[in-house]
Amino acid sequence: MTAHLSRRSLLGLAGASAGAFLLAGCGNDESADPDGPQTINWWHIQNTEPMLPVWAAMAKEYETAHTNVKVAIQPLENEAFKTKLTTATQAGSPPDLFQSWGGGVLKQQIEAGLVKDITDDVKPWIGSLLPVSVEPYTVDGKIYGVPFDVGMVGFWYNKELFTRAGITAPPATWGELLTTVSKIKNAGITPIALAGKEKWPAHFYWSYLVMRIGGLDALKKAGTDHNFDTPDFIAAGARLKELVALSPFQKDFLAAEYGSPDGQAATMGNGGAAMELMGQWAPAVQASSSTSKKGLGDTLGFFPFPSVDGGKGTSTEVFGGGNGFAVGKDAPPATLDFLKTLLEVANQRKSATTGAVLPTVKDAADAIADANNKVVASTLASATGFQLYLDQAYPPAVGQQVNDSIAELVAGSKTPEQIVKDITTVAKSQ
Amino acid sequence: MNPPAGTGLRTDNAPTELPPVPPAATRQRGRRARPKLGRLGTIAIFLAPALVLFLLLVIVPILVAAYTSLFKWNGFNLPENFVGLDNFTRAVDDPVFLGDLRRGLILIALSVLVQLPVSLALAMLLNQPIRGRAIYRLVFFAPYVLSEVTTAVLFTLVFSPNRGLSTTVFGWFGAGELGGSLFADPSTVLYALFFVISWKYFGFYMILYLAGRQGIPRELTEAATTDGASTWQVFRHVTLPLLGPTIRISVFLSVIGTIQLFDMVWVLTGGGPIRSSETLAVTMFQYGFRRFEVGYASAISIIMFLLSLVFALLYQRFVLRRDIEGALTTRGVQR
Repeated sequence: MTAHLSRRSLLGLAGASAGAFLLAGCGNDESADPDGPQTINWWHIQNTEPMLPVWAAMAKEYETAHTNVKVAIQPLENEAFKTKLTTATQAGSPPDLFQSWGGGVLKQQIEAGLVKDITDDVKPWIGSLLPVSVEPYTVDGKIYGVPFDVGMVGFWYNKELFTRAGITAPPATWGELLTTVSKIKNAGITPIALAGKEKWPAHFYWSYLVMRIGGLDALKKAGTDHNFDTPDFIAAGARLKELVALSPFQKDFLAAEYGSPDGQAATMGNGGAAMELMGQWAPAVQASSSTSKKGLGDTLGFFPFPSVDGGKGTSTEVFGGGNGFAVGKDAPPATLDFLKTLLEVANQRKSATTGAVLPTVKDAADAIADANNKVVASTLASATGFQLYLDQAYPPAVGQQVNDSIAELVAGSKTPEQIVKDITTVAKSQ
Repeated sequence: MNPPAGTGLRTDNAPTELPPVPPAATRQRGRRARPKLGRLGTIAIFLAPALVLFLLLVIVPILVAAYTSLFKWNGFNLPENFVGLDNFTRAVDDPVFLGDLRRGLILIALSVLVQLPVSLALAMLLNQPIRGRAIYRLVFFAPYVLSEVTTAVLFTLVFSPNRGLSTTVFGWFGAGELGGSLFADPSTVLYALFFVISWKYFGFYMILYLAGRQGIPRELTEAATTDGASTWQVFRHVTLPLLGPTIRISVFLSVIGTIQLFDMVWVLTGGGPIRSSETLAVTMFQYGFRRFEVGYASAISIIMFLLSLVFALLYQRFVLRRDIEGALTTRGVQR
């Protein structure tokens, strides 16, 4: 009932902080001897097939090879992980090895002294990874985490619907994209599927437009001087408005979720819309949420976000993110060796064959089976620049404000000029 | 609109006097004559567990939240950046927070003016000797048994943009387009939300009123009818005044429930589109667990607490006074 649960969440806030006070005293006394008996507490969020057993097998293998080490695995569901980690980090006792997306949240954890600087430990082998994939985990030139999965956002399109609308080649510029959308709409097809209830899918459009118009430096600069009120950011909003003005999205998209049976992915997977701007997981979610459970199969194509005429960015700069692991401040010495083992080529191949992971280790790329994922991987491998999702790159408050503001822009309740002011206000207050 | 659980307030006007004191009273007097120290010990032993839990899970968190609300704090380590009442002044200037208050008032007004009268009317109807009365009562009460999350998920499906039941139902009236749009349109979402809340809680209030109605002695209505009062007059001048305590309590529960409204909104709309269905509790959660502005979130939670507290105290003092007096004097009689 309302009162019951809302009071729980109300008190949860206070409880979390109370917990912080209570638990702050409980340290973690691990021996510093690398050969001594030790336990690695590992929290990951691959809590379902296919990755769950893969991680378990790798841990088992490691335990067999190193009898002094025990790996205590704690698989958690994404949201549950965030809540649990928040409590643990507020209490000052992070797990030894845990899921991290890098960016702003990692930075807060670093500032709180909860995460280990592992630059020197990973130096010998970090070169085997795609350089762009390590960027989100690099803060002030130091490495605080290692990615095992990396991907990017781009347009996934339904080739059949494109052909039916008389489109022969995917658009390469923003202008062409607008024409394409109009053509598809004129053919009586919904051009774009968008989950408006969840705000992050819309933030992809604006972020990519900023990258194409102002270049990666515009986003980096805003991250340090906290000023988003610049012509480039306003122009990105204005361009997005051009698209929104065409009403390209499916009916009632403001109430649509991403992965639900009537959401963005399902609309795509059922052939109800011609394209969506989404990350590397799009084909998998389209398939699982479509009525046929198979998705579009070969009819699905991929093209990178178009360039904007006169913009400073290029279409080889990618926007995306991935999954990785950070090392807690009290982690036993074997943790880093274990992390290295997880990222060995053979193990990355095993992860990649599941189809759920796009490997960060370059030599494991040959294990990618899906044709579209191969395109994503090769685009990533030849990328000239990388930008992490804005709602993860910036501190959480700024990231959420970006999402909220873009939602307002898309819904038409705020102008491009107003949203950059709102975002700047929040950024400056951090 | 949605009553908090376990409110120990009287919801009927059943006789408050206890039955005549049984002979056991002598034994009771004997127990009272025991050494005072032992009796205090017993009280302490029985009281301690509940008291400790209450202090730890209710009082301490409130105090900690009040403390953290004075800091600019992202939740990591200990709060250090003391900002005084800045978080509270920020709330007063925050259009989102002010919007929450406005939406809260709209929901309260709607529930008092629409939801409660409808429940009352249904209760009166189901008090009549009609066939299948028990079944109607059961069916109307059933939604209340569902959890808020279940209800919200259910209605997410009903109002699903393209294939929802609502599209079909609205289609019968030639307005199929409208069905899925109710939750997608910022101007209608709050009313759609109110509809779902009402669907879940009207049965609860109906049962409350029904119980209150059955507590009214039959002789009174019969006497009024004999004196030539019309049905409406009986309702207006006999039933309604005697239902007073029940109605006053239901308004109280409804208001407190609305101030704390969270689960339903979170699952159903997430506060959107563009915050047009956000409530105080949703805003608090957003700031605390999404933006990691724990200090500001604490301030919002303290404001919610104070709003509820002040309302509860004033309401009990000025509106419920007569109803509560009975309960208090009863305890005096018991002694």
